[in-house]
Amino acid sequence: MSTRRLVGLGLVVSLLVAGVLSVYASGRPDGLESVAGTLGFDGTATDSAAAGSPLADYAVHGIGDPRLSGGLAGIVGALVVGLAMTGLVLLVRRRAASRTDGDV
Amino acid sequence: MHVPDGFLDAPTSVGTAVLAAGFVGFSLRRAVRAELDERTAPLAGLVAVFVFAAQMINFPVGAGTSGHLLGGVLAAVLVGPATATLVLTVVLTVQAFLFADGGVTALGTNILLMGVIGLWVGYGVFRLVARLLPRRPASVPVAAGVGAFVSVPVAALAFVGLYAVGGAAPIPLATLAAAMGGWHVLIGLGEAAITFLAVSSIVAARPDLVHGARGLLPRLEIRTPEAAQ
Repeated sequence: MSTRRLVGLGLVVSLLVAGVLSVYASGRPDGLESVAGTLGFDGTATDSAAAGSPLADYAVHGIGDPRLSGGLAGIVGALVVGLAMTGLVLLVRRRAASRTDGDV
Repeated sequence: MHVPDGFLDAPTSVGTAVLAAGFVGFSLRRAVRAELDERTAPLAGLVAVFVFAAQMINFPVGAGTSGHLLGGVLAAVLVGPATATLVLTVVLTVQAFLFADGGVTALGTNILLMGVIGLWVGYGVFRLVARLLPRRPASVPVAAGVGAFVSVPVAALAFVGLYAVGGAAPIPLATLAAAMGGWHVLIGLGEAAITFLAVSSIVAARPDLVHGARGLLPRLEIRTPEAAQ
């Protein structure tokens, strides 16, 4: 399988996970939230400075349908993460390459 | 395991942010020098997208509690541990700022717990187990699963350590350690299963791209055109 095909296939699977499968994720508190609740320190959590983000808590602000809202948030997040990571890799590799050229 | 704002006091959060920044800087240099090359660089973006997507899938682990993949060892085995620290840093940063998942002042704490401590300890376990198993590509997913399993309670207990330094509430540490360790051993089983499956599929398709399989593939022969004809 070519690298391009592998990455393409992996992206399709990831977008399906983020956009569709995520709707069926368990809504129970995660390990830390659960422990904090049991031991009684969950009240010390404060609202994040990003709590007003239009994508806060994996829902698109203004879209009422939870499946559409959650799925869309997942897809947007996956694309942002992919672009950010790819951009970072390109940037650091380019900088390293130009530095090596400078040494020669 | 995303730590929200407020669980740890300000000095501890500043301390973890400084430590995390140091490890990210180290990882940037090491990733370029030792891990990312022409062939493996495209995989880094995909691994970040997959870890983000998989982290959305909370699976129930019993008694009203759930867990999700952390992905540190999964990423480390596929693209190398330093690149994996960068992957988790990108994922956790996007989650904190776009999705309010994990606090903003707690971002350094979350990078340190999931992107550095759990990840590098788990990757160390992967390397140890891989050394004990037969030297062939099929051993890589098994060793990755074991490393992934260990990484989750390790990150959870590292949180307990930070809580001992700067926790906001007076919680008995033994109780906190038992509760965090117990739940995260269970979540670690899910981490192991997902990591085994994901690493298996990439090893099956393109073992040459998998960082953790380096040195396990048959050496390529160099044939001249004359010999090939």
